[in-house]
Amino acid sequence: MKGSKWLVTVVASIAGLLAFTLIGAPVADGQSKEPIRFGIMYDQTGPTSVWGVPIVAGARDYTRLVNKKGGINGHPIEWVEHEMGYKVPTAIEGYERFKAAKVVAFWAWGTPIIYALWERATTDKIPATTPGFGRADAADGERYRYVFPMAASYWSQAGAGVKFIMDQWKKEGKTGKPKIAFLYWDNPAGREPFPILEKLQKQEGFQFKSWAVPTPGLEMSAQVQDIVRRYRADWVITHIWSKAPAISIKEFKRLGFPMNRVVSFVWGAAEHDMIAAGWDVAEGYYGMQFAGVGADYPVHREIAQMYKEEGKTPPKEMFEISVGYNRGMLWVGVMIEAARLALDKYGWPLDGAKLQKGFEMIDGVRGLEGVAPQLKITPKDHEGGGYVQIFQTRGGKIVPATDWFHGYRDVVLEAVYATKEGKK
Amino acid sequence: MVNRECGVFFSTYAADMRLFPLPLTRWTMVGIAGLGFVVFPLVASDYFLNIANLVCIAAVGAIGLNLLVGYTGQISVGHGAFIAAGAYAGALVVTRAGLPFWIALPFGGLMAAVVGAFFGIPSLRIKGLYLAIATLAAQFIIEWLIIHIEWISGGAESTVTVPKAAIGPWVLDTLLEQYFLNLIVLSLAIVFAMNLVRSPIGRAFIAIRDRDVAAEVIGVNLFRYKLLAFAVSSFYAGVTGILYALYLGAANYEQFDIATSIDFLAMIIIGGLGSILGSVFGAFFITVLPMALRVAVDGAVTAALFLFPAANISHVVQSMTAVKLILFGGLIIVFLIVEPEGLNKLWRNIKDYFRVWPYSY
Repeated sequence: MKGSKWLVTVVASIAGLLAFTLIGAPVADGQSKEPIRFGIMYDQTGPTSVWGVPIVAGARDYTRLVNKKGGINGHPIEWVEHEMGYKVPTAIEGYERFKAAKVVAFWAWGTPIIYALWERATTDKIPATTPGFGRADAADGERYRYVFPMAASYWSQAGAGVKFIMDQWKKEGKTGKPKIAFLYWDNPAGREPFPILEKLQKQEGFQFKSWAVPTPGLEMSAQVQDIVRRYRADWVITHIWSKAPAISIKEFKRLGFPMNRVVSFVWGAAEHDMIAAGWDVAEGYYGMQFAGVGADYPVHREIAQMYKEEGKTPPKEMFEISVGYNRGMLWVGVMIEAARLALDKYGWPLDGAKLQKGFEMIDGVRGLEGVAPQLKITPKDHEGGGYVQIFQTRGGKIVPATDWFHGYRDVVLEAVYATKEGKK
Repeated sequence: MVNRECGVFFSTYAADMRLFPLPLTRWTMVGIAGLGFVVFPLVASDYFLNIANLVCIAAVGAIGLNLLVGYTGQISVGHGAFIAAGAYAGALVVTRAGLPFWIALPFGGLMAAVVGAFFGIPSLRIKGLYLAIATLAAQFIIEWLIIHIEWISGGAESTVTVPKAAIGPWVLDTLLEQYFLNLIVLSLAIVFAMNLVRSPIGRAFIAIRDRDVAAEVIGVNLFRYKLLAFAVSSFYAGVTGILYALYLGAANYEQFDIATSIDFLAMIIIGGLGSILGSVFGAFFITVLPMALRVAVDGAVTAALFLFPAANISHVVQSMTAVKLILFGGLIIVFLIVEPEGLNKLWRNIKDYFRVWPYSY
């Protein structure tokens, strides 16, 4: 009997909170027009939570800023938020919530979740954005009409990484071809760049060898030792994430490998990696980014101003994990831009099909100058050009080392459109 | 209620051996089936249909694991891997050979059964925690094979896209149609498991669980029955895998990792070891609890922002989200303390109470 009292208390408190959610719906700030709803699916309790926290903080602040400035032609933006802990069943539940709430577009987060959702999203005509997650061939907009990678895929990153290395090689006046080592996470996302790297090796004639890091990516001293001592690589490309980048930085440093010969893919070069490895240890480390880094762009000043007017301080993520924070702004910024374009052209009411057209009209992201690349999404290319910018860790800061660029676009696009005939 | 054995007499063996000997239980079952097959589909929205689908699929896997862990006493931490084996086998049969799903279902199940029986071989020599670690190896070996053998994984993404289940020209592509598919498979799984555990095979399983030496002495062939338990359990896992693949439209090993195995173990421990109904309760509990907690946490965030308008939204959301994991673990502990024998025991307590109601003796 004691047990049932417990149960009653638990059930009652959950029911009470439920009731509060239903009654205490968010109050619009004096805007009278109907809101535009986005589904925001993210991870703050699972394996990718280290990214989830700053990305969502950035996206939230940018959304609030846009709403404060009057929303999209007067329509405020409303989020249907769903924290899913990187679990597929919970993520599908979130998608059904989005559908019931009539969102016009949503974030999909995580490679397995994208696989589970893209078909439903296509059937229901709700565009899904999948920036920085798997499935590079989703850039083919004619095949995946409602999937928008909208940021450099792993294939584009592979192209850009090789181009960067070849440029540096030439700039330093070296002859011959570099020896490139590829250190990757041994799972589908980690192995995705292979087709491009292998093709480029044939085309450019550099030496290439790869080393796998098994899950959970905490041990790689043997691999690094092999790369540095036996293979004697000239350049290293790393494609690892979560705690692994910091460990790789420390291992390379320990063996005396020059840090300015390492270039990381997009998930391995954030401030939290440098903090974990030590800023002085990581000095010289190159990292690829598909959104700007740092808090010195005009939009950051506007957000700081907004917080000042509210009498609050901006979240610490804005300055301390700006890589993630800025990506969040970019991810939601592209959705907002698509909604703006769709609203201008097709008018209210918006729906997923109109927004899909809106995404395909994107040519640069207004309001996020500097943070966003010159994104150009077309009905054929949903990746938007595959632009990246390479940053370097220098003096306790992550500073730009190149301009926005893309590498071997022809090779990447050939692979994207080749898969159409290749499988099935 | 008059759900008691008093005054029910049987005059034939067939009547004595029925799955539900009491008329009232039979009517209850008809009622539950009516709720599941008629009433719920009529009233449920897509949101709840989706949850029901997930619960049905998880319940099939949980019943399978319970046959192995709860009935035969062999601990397995490789259930996720067997689910993956079935998912890929079924997906490949559908995509490469172009066979319909109703062939893929038993085929994937059989494939998983073979794999499961193979990884069950160590159970002949080791028990308990040692066996758990041996089955853990299955998790890593199968994952590695799926990632590295391109013939299975179909390329670098290790994902096989599966078309929706179809019976002739009729494609089961709405949530409602898929719900019926999953519910029918779950019903078959429940009926088969209930019959299995009261058959000679099931009694052999239970004998092995209670004392394997004694079981061997009375003539139970340990080799045969332990492997059989692994095979049956993995068959269920394989069917779960294909149901997932058909439901999600893709077989992707990342969703069948070690965490999935732990989730299934949690389902049967919370539901009740050695209980078919408990497995279904457990699958429901573990699938729905995170969703209920999410609703509660969203409510708490709204409440906090309402009470403290000056707070920073991002920080409130972050801290409240962290509470979710603590609550999830905490609630599991609470349930296990309240009823160590699982939700099934709670249900039995309720039944026992009403059996003698309104007199408590």
